[in-house]
Amino acid sequence: MPTEIGRDEVRRLLAEGAQLIEVLPAEEYAEEHLPGAVNIPLRELDRERVREFDRSRPVIVYCHDYQ
Amino acid sequence: MSPRAASRLEAFGFDQVYDYAAGKADWGAAGLTLEGRPGPRAGELARADTPTCLLGERLQAVRSGVGTSGWDTCLVVDPDRVVLGRLGRRALARDDDVTVEEAMSAGPRTFRPDVRLGALVGWMRGRSLTSAVVTTSDGRLVGVVRLDEAEARLAAGP
Repeated sequence: MPTEIGRDEVRRLLAEGAQLIEVLPAEEYAEEHLPGAVNIPLRELDRERVREFDRSRPVIVYCHDYQ
Repeated sequence: MSPRAASRLEAFGFDQVYDYAAGKADWGAAGLTLEGRPGPRAGELARADTPTCLLGERLQAVRSGVGTSGWDTCLVVDPDRVVLGRLGRRALARDDDVTVEEAMSAGPRTFRPDVRLGALVGWMRGRSLTSAVVTTSDGRLVGVVRLDEAEARLAAGP
């Protein structure tokens, strides 16, 4: 089961090389996103789209807030 | 949305998956840097013609006024236009004639005029809402952003 984390933990993991994915629609990502985040809208999240990610490193996903 | 994405990633074989559930709203609220292009803000689309009423007014009188306005909501404000509550469709449809204070939902979530429109649209979509209230930092009503108008504005581009 995925672990829910807060802002401080996000910063710590990013400093250690975690990968960051925003799952909101492209228009919302374009307007504003966390530094270094890659956009994969939830509807497009499939095995093909995640091939570029390193499975040996942590992956953090986020959207706007608790939706 | 992000919990679903995290679960899918685990199903795809990732074993170090984390969900930052508070998301970019939390990141931005903490004053941390966000990247992106300049875009429209909530204040640009906030319509000041939203019906308003006062706590002590009778629901029946408010309902008749709202009915001719083209809106399906009425914001409850104090004499300084500080937002106290909201009468939504269900409250306005009540057939008893109570006071506004008795019928309203208190303390609606409000947004500042400088909130990015895309973020506001995301918030409304996530809760199946068709509008959002915009106020100044001291709670005074600026207006209401309607989801359909905000989506059209975003589609029009910067």
